[in-house]
Amino acid sequence: MIRNDAPITPELVREHGLKEDEYERFKALIGREPTLTELGIVSAMWNEHCSYKSSRIHLRTLPTKAPWVIQGPGENAGVIDIGDGQAVVFKMESHNHPSFIEPYQGAATGVGGILRDVFTMGARPIAALNFLRFGAPDHPRTRHLLAGVVAGIGGYGNSFGVPTVGGSVGFHERYNGNILVNAMAVGLAKADEIFYAKATGVGNPIVYLGSKTGRDGIHGATMASAEFDDTSEEKRPTVQVGDPFAEKLLLEACLELMKSGAVIAIQDMGAAGLTCSAVEMGAKGDLGIELWLEKVPCREEGMTPYEMMLSESQERMLMVLRPGLEAEAEAIFRKWGLDFAIIGKTTDTLRFVVKHHGEIVADLPIKELGDEAPVYDRPHISNVFRQAIAPETVAAPVSNVEALKRLVGSPDLCSKRWVWEQYDHLILGNTVQAPGGDAAIVRVEDGPKGLALTTDVTPRYCEADPVEGGKQAVAEAWRNITAVGGKPLAVTDNLNFASPERPEAMGQLVGCIRGIGEACRALDFPVVSGNVSLYNETNGQGILPTPTIGGVGVLDDVRKHATLAFKREGDVLIVIGETKGWLGQSLYLRDICGREEGAPPPVDLAAEKRNGDFVRHLISSGLVDTVHDCSDGGLAVTLAEMAMAGGIGALVPECPVDLPCNAFLFGEDQGRYVIAVDGDSAPDILYSAASKGIPAVILGMTGADSLTLPGEEPISVAELRTAHERWLPAYMSGEIAPTP
Amino acid sequence: MKAAVVVFPGSNRDGDVARALRLAGGEVATVWHAEDELPKGTDLVVLPGGFSYGDYLRCGAIAARTMIMDAVRAHAARGGLVLGICNGFQILCESGLLPGVLMRNANLRFICHWQHLKVERTDTAFTRRYAPGQVIKVCVAHGEGNYFADEATIGRLEGEGRIAFRYCDEAGNVTADANRNGSLNAIAGVYSEKFNVLGLMPHPENLIDDLAGGTDGRGLFESLVARAA
Repeated sequence: MIRNDAPITPELVREHGLKEDEYERFKALIGREPTLTELGIVSAMWNEHCSYKSSRIHLRTLPTKAPWVIQGPGENAGVIDIGDGQAVVFKMESHNHPSFIEPYQGAATGVGGILRDVFTMGARPIAALNFLRFGAPDHPRTRHLLAGVVAGIGGYGNSFGVPTVGGSVGFHERYNGNILVNAMAVGLAKADEIFYAKATGVGNPIVYLGSKTGRDGIHGATMASAEFDDTSEEKRPTVQVGDPFAEKLLLEACLELMKSGAVIAIQDMGAAGLTCSAVEMGAKGDLGIELWLEKVPCREEGMTPYEMMLSESQERMLMVLRPGLEAEAEAIFRKWGLDFAIIGKTTDTLRFVVKHHGEIVADLPIKELGDEAPVYDRPHISNVFRQAIAPETVAAPVSNVEALKRLVGSPDLCSKRWVWEQYDHLILGNTVQAPGGDAAIVRVEDGPKGLALTTDVTPRYCEADPVEGGKQAVAEAWRNITAVGGKPLAVTDNLNFASPERPEAMGQLVGCIRGIGEACRALDFPVVSGNVSLYNETNGQGILPTPTIGGVGVLDDVRKHATLAFKREGDVLIVIGETKGWLGQSLYLRDICGREEGAPPPVDLAAEKRNGDFVRHLISSGLVDTVHDCSDGGLAVTLAEMAMAGGIGALVPECPVDLPCNAFLFGEDQGRYVIAVDGDSAPDILYSAASKGIPAVILGMTGADSLTLPGEEPISVAELRTAHERWLPAYMSGEIAPTP
Repeated sequence: MKAAVVVFPGSNRDGDVARALRLAGGEVATVWHAEDELPKGTDLVVLPGGFSYGDYLRCGAIAARTMIMDAVRAHAARGGLVLGICNGFQILCESGLLPGVLMRNANLRFICHWQHLKVERTDTAFTRRYAPGQVIKVCVAHGEGNYFADEATIGRLEGEGRIAFRYCDEAGNVTADANRNGSLNAIAGVYSEKFNVLGLMPHPENLIDDLAGGTDGRGLFESLVARAA
C-alpha cells in the first residue's frame, strides 16, 4: 500500500496543468487516488510538451522514411546515412517559454538540451544553428531579450566547443509576449554505432551520470505547455541554469563510455528530467523500471521524491549498463570529474516503481504512462482566404532604389553580424560557409564530403495561408541547401504555434503540417526528428504560426560548392525560375507600402524540384560557383546581397515589358535562384535550361562598384553596405530610436 | 618535432591545434591535466584554446595552478618552447610565464571574426616562416582578449621587441578599428624574455586550409617544426 502524502485537491490537479477529465482518466488507469509524486509524474508525462497530445494525430501524416533514413522521429534525434559508414544525427528544439522569462539561461539551456540529444545517440556535435524571433523592435523588452538570448546561445555553444554556423533572426509584434528560441544541433557518428533509448535485459543497472540534481526547472515542461499571462515573471524559478563546462565533460565521458561497450541504452534527462527519461527507457524496451531515489546525487539537502522526479537540472544522463562493467564505467566518469551512481534496475514487471529509502512513493504502469496519454483531435478551422494582389495594383511609394536601400537596412533583412559574431562559428576548422550564406557548409572531418545546413520558415506566409506557408518553409530550406550545391536529405521540424485550444490556432497547426507533408513528399525530404511548442500566446494574443524547418543536405565534394558573393566583373546574371511579380505578403508590400496583406506566393513543388535539381547540377559539375536563392525582398534584395558579399556591383538594364518594375524587382515568387556565370558559358546554360523547360532569363551583368536597377540612379555597393550593417548595432547600442 | 598538447577539462581547440601541428609535420601527444610530467623528449608544449575548468574564476586561473603547469614552467625554464593560444595565453599570464592580463573585450561581448595581424618579427622560433612585416589573416574567438599591463611592463615589452603580433587592417595599418578587443598597443601576442614562450589570442590553428578561411596560420606551425627538426 502506498502512503498518501498529501490529499489531492482539484486546485492541486489544476496547478499541475491537468484537466479534470485527464485526472479522472489517470485515476481510472491506476484504480486509486495518486500520491503527490505520482501526480507530478503524470503531469510531466501528459503535458503537451512531452505527450504531443494535440499534435500527435497530425504529425503521423508526415513522411518520415527514405532509404537513407536510419532513425526517424521518436528517438532523441533523427539519424541519416551520408555514405562511407558515416551518419548525421540532428534535431531542433524550442526553448521559447524559458527564454522569454530568463533570456540568457533559457537560450543557453536550449542549446545544451539539443546538444545532449545529439551526443546521447553517440554522435559528436559538429555544428549548431538556431532560429530566433523577437517582438517589434520598439517593444520595451525586445532589446533586452535579444541581447540575453544571443549571449546565452554564444555562452553555451562557445564554451562547449561547437561552431554555431547558421540561423535566422527576425522581428514581429506578434512575438512581443512570446519570443521564439529554436536551437538545432548536428552531430557525426558511425552509422553502425548509434545508441538508442530502448532498455534491454532484466535486472540491469540503471546509472545516473553527469551533474547533480537540484531544485531548478521543476515543472519546466508544464510551464512550456501553458500560455503566459501577466504573472509569467513569477515563473523564473522554473528556468534551469546551464553549465556548458559540465556538458563538455559529459560529452567526452559519454563518448568514451560508449566506445567501451558498456552502454545498453542511454537517454538524456531533458524535459521532465528523471521521470521522462526513465519511463521512456523502460516503455521502449517493454520493461519495468525501479528507482532508488536516495542514491540520486543531489545538489541540495532534503530534496523530496517529488522534487527529484521533476527537477530539470541540466547536464544529466540516464543509462542502462551492461552488468559487470559498472566499475569500468565509473572510472571513466570519475576521470572526468562527474557524478556516477547506480540508482535502480530494470525489471520484468512493466511497472514504474519509485522508492525512497525503501518506501514506495510511486507505482505506475509504465507503458500506459506514455501510450495512454490523452490524444486530442482538437477542433480546428482553416483561416480566412486572402485575396491575391495583382502586381499592377501596387503603386510604388518611393523609387525602387530607395525601396531597396530601406529594405536591406530593415530589421528583418539587415546584416545580423552583431548576432553571429558572438557565436564561435570557426572552431573545429571545418566551416566552409560561415553565417551569411544561403546555407552553412561544414566539411565532414577531412573531407571530401560536406554538410549543408539551414533553418527556415516565413511566418507571415504561414499566417496568411498555413498550407502554402508550410510548403514554403520546406521548399526554402531545400532551396537554400541546393543553392550552395548540397543534395537535401532530411529535415527536423520545430512547430511553434499558439494555443491549440483555440480552433483558429489549431487550424494553423493542422494547415502547416499538411503543407510540410506535401512539400517533404514532393521533394523527397523526410522529417526525421522534431519538436512541438504550443501555447505560445500571452493574454489571448498568439504568435505568428512558425513551423521552423531545419534542413540537412550533403555535398559529395565540398570543394564544389557555390557562394552568393559576386566573384568577377563581367559575369552574366541569370535568374532561374519564373518571375511573376508576386507582391502579396512581400516585405516590399509590408515595409515599403505599409500593407501586410494578400495571399502569400504559391509554391509549385514540381517547378521547385526541377529548378533546384538543375542549379545543383550546375554547381556539382563545376560550371557555376555563384548562386543565391531568391526569397525575402525579391530579386533586388538578392542582387544587393550578392553585390555586398562580393564587393562588386551589377547592372540590370530593364524590366520586362509585361510587369511593373516594382513587382519585378521585389516580388517574392518562389523556386528562383540568381546565378552569375562567365559570358562564354551563359548560352549553354540558357540552352540547357530551355531544353528542360526551365525558365531562365538574363537579368544583367556584374561589374563596377554600384548596383544599377532599371531606370534608377546607381547606388554604390559601399552605400548599400552601410545601410545593411547599420541598423542592428545602432539599435542594440541605443544609438537610434528603436522604430525602423 | 615532438609537441605535447595539454588537455584541461574544458579545453576545446586541442583537436584543432593538434591537426595544425600534424599537418606541419609535427608529432603530437596529448597530456591530461592531472598528469605531473610531460612526455619524454617534448620540444614544444601547447596550451590550447577553450574554457579550462569552465573559466568560472578568472580565465585560466585554475588551469595555471594545476600540477602539469609546474612541469610546463620547468620546461620553459630549461628553454623549451611553449605556445599558448587564446585560453592558453590566458593561462600563461595567470601562471606568470608571460606578463600582463587579458581583460574583457572592450565591447563586453564575445567576438568571433576574421582578423589581420602584423607579424612584428620573424627571427623567433615561432615566426621564421613569415616574411618581415607580413600581414596574416587569422581568426579570433574570445570574450576576454583585451591585453593589459602597467605602463612600465608595456614599455619593457616594446623596448625588448617582445610584441609578437599586433591587430591591424588588411593593409597592415594598426588602427583602432582593427583592434576590436581594445588591447593596449593593439597587442595580440607577446613573447617571454627568452622568446621561447609565446602567448596569443588569435587562432592560427584554424587557418590551415584554403577551403576554411585560408592558410596564413600554417607559417607558425611550420616555423616550430622546422626549428625543432
